[in-house]
Amino acid sequence: MAKAIANPIRESKGDKIFLGFTYAYLCVALVVVLYPLIYILSASISNPTAVNTGEMWLFPKEITFAGYELVFNNPAIWNGYLNTIIYTVLGTALNLAVTLPAAYALSRSDFVGRGWFMGFILLTMFFNGGLVPTYLVVKNLGLVNTMGALILPVAASVWNIVVARTFFQSTIPKELQEAAHIDGCTNLRLFWKIVLPLSAPIIAVMALFYGVGHWNSYFSSLIYLNSESKYPLQMVLRQILVLQEMSAETTGAAMNADTAALMSSKAETASLIKYGVIVVSTLPIIAVYPFLQRYFVQGVMIGSVKG
Amino acid sequence: MKASKASATALPNLKKNSRRAQILGNWELYLFMLPAVLYFLIFHYAPMYGIQIAFKNFVPSKGILGSPWVGFDHFERFFNSYYFWDLIWNTFSISFYELALGFPLPIILALAFNEVRNGKFKKTVQTVTYAPHFISIVVMAGMIITFLSPSSGIIIMLINALGFEAPQFLTDPAWFKTMYVLSGVWQSTGWGTIIYLAALSGVDPQQHEAAIMDGASRFKRMLHINLPTILPTITIMLILNMGNILGVGYEKILLLQNSLNLESSDVISTYVYRAGLVDAQYSFSTAVGLFNSVINVILLVAVNWIARRTSENSLW
Repeated sequence: MAKAIANPIRESKGDKIFLGFTYAYLCVALVVVLYPLIYILSASISNPTAVNTGEMWLFPKEITFAGYELVFNNPAIWNGYLNTIIYTVLGTALNLAVTLPAAYALSRSDFVGRGWFMGFILLTMFFNGGLVPTYLVVKNLGLVNTMGALILPVAASVWNIVVARTFFQSTIPKELQEAAHIDGCTNLRLFWKIVLPLSAPIIAVMALFYGVGHWNSYFSSLIYLNSESKYPLQMVLRQILVLQEMSAETTGAAMNADTAALMSSKAETASLIKYGVIVVSTLPIIAVYPFLQRYFVQGVMIGSVKG
Repeated sequence: MKASKASATALPNLKKNSRRAQILGNWELYLFMLPAVLYFLIFHYAPMYGIQIAFKNFVPSKGILGSPWVGFDHFERFFNSYYFWDLIWNTFSISFYELALGFPLPIILALAFNEVRNGKFKKTVQTVTYAPHFISIVVMAGMIITFLSPSSGIIIMLINALGFEAPQFLTDPAWFKTMYVLSGVWQSTGWGTIIYLAALSGVDPQQHEAAIMDGASRFKRMLHINLPTILPTITIMLILNMGNILGVGYEKILLLQNSLNLESSDVISTYVYRAGLVDAQYSFSTAVGLFNSVINVILLVAVNWIARRTSENSLW
C-alpha cells in the first residue's frame, strides 16, 4: 500500500535526507540496545581476566565454559531454578483460572451487574491498601513463607482482565452465544466447549504475560519468604548479582593490598559466575520471545483498543 | 445495555421480569466472577480496610480494631521529619526525569519505525529493541552494577578510554537518578513503541496521498498527519503516567540503593518498605503509604481534568 503511494512520485532531496536520518537513528537504537546483550553473552564464555581488564569488549576472548560449569554445579541456582519453574507454572495456571472466566462474564452484554463488577475491579487500579496492610493480610492468612504468598496475592491483574474481556467482546460473535442458548447449551458448556477453543490467541497472550511476571518477580519473595530453600531464581540472582557486588563496590575503597588480592581472586570467580547466571536465567525468555513476539504485541494492542 | 434502556422506557414491568430472567438464566456467569471477586476482596479490599492502622498504634496482638486510636500522629511525625522533603524531592525529581526522557522517546522511535519500509531491517530493530523488556529487574540491576563497576565495568573503561574521568556512578548521589532513568530508557523504550505503532496503523492512507499531491515532504506529513493521529493515545498514556508519578519503580531502586547514595535514591516507596517491613513500624509506614496513594489519586484526577478541559481525550 505504502509502496503504491510512494512510487509514482520520486522522493525529493529533502525526503531522502530525512529518511537517511531516520535510518541512522534506528541504527543507533539497534547498536545501543544490542551491545550490552552481546557483551554479556561474550563475557559469559570469555576468560574473566580478559573481561575484567577490558581486553574483551565485543567478541569472546580465550573461550572457556568454566563460568557455566560453576553455574551448573551451584546447588542454590538449581534449587532456585526449580522453584521458579514450579511457581511460574502453578501461578500462571491460577491466573488463567481466575482471569478467563471473569473476563468472559464481563464481556457478556446480558450479564446483569457487569458495570458494577467492572467498577469494583477497576477501582483497585487507582487505589490500594499499600504495602503494610497487604502484608498483614497475607500474614494473617498464614501464607508467610509459603508458595501461596507468591501466587495468591497476584492471582489476577486488572489490566489483563480488561484485555481478555476486550478480546472476548470483539471476537466471540453474539449470534454464536444466542444459537447455543437456543440449542439448550448452558453457559458453562458454552464457555468450555466453544469460547475457550476459539480463544487460543488470548490464552497464549495471558499465559505469556502472567508467566513472564512470575518468572521475573523478586519482591514478593523478598518480603514473604524467609527460608532460602524456597527462594526462586531471582532471589538467588539478587544475592549473586546485587548484594555481593554492591558490598564489594562500597567497601572497595578501604582495603589493604592483601585483602585486595584475595578479593580479586574471589572477584574472578564471582565475575565468571555472574555473566553465566545472567544468560542462564534470562535465556529461556529471550530465546522463545522472538517466536512469540506476535502474541505479546497482540496483547498490548488489544489492551490499547480500550485504552 | 442500550437495548435494555430502550425497553425500560417502554415497558418497565416487562423489563423487571426480563432482568430477573436474565440474572437467573445466567447464574453461571456469577460463578465465573466468583474467583476474581474473592481475589479482589481478599487481596485488595481487605488491605484497604487495614489502612485504618495509619490512624492507630497498631499492635499485632491486639488486632486492627483493638489497637488504640492516635489520629494524625503518624502523619505529623512524617511531615515534621527531617527526611520528609528529601523523600518528596527524590520521588518527584526521579519521576519527572523519567517522564521527560522516557515518555517522548518511544513516540519518536515509533514515528521512525513508521517511516521505514517493512522488511528485515525494521523487523530486526523491533525484535532487538523489544527484548530488554523481558529482562528481570534483578538482572537489570546486576547488569547496571557490572557495567558501572569502577574496577572492571565496561562503560567505565569506555569513558576512561575516551580520555574522561569516569564518575563513581554506583555510589555518587549526583549520578543515581541519571543511572536509574537511563537504564530504564534502555529497557523500555522499544516495548513502549508498540502502543503507538498500533495507533499509527490507523492513519488514513488517503490523507497521505492528498498531502503528497500537495507536495508535502515526508517530515511534514509525519508532523501534520501521523502525529495528530496518535495524539489521543499520547494523551491517554500521559494521563496514566502522571497518575503513577509517585509509583516510581521502587523494586529497582531498592536493588541499586546503598548507604552512600541513599540521600538521592531514597523515595517514598522505598522508605515505606524500610520503615514498614524492615523496622516493623507498621502504623507509621502505612501512614506514609497512604499519603503516597492520596497524592497519586489527586494527581490522576487533576491531570485527567486538565486533559478533558483542553482536549477531547480523557480516561473518564
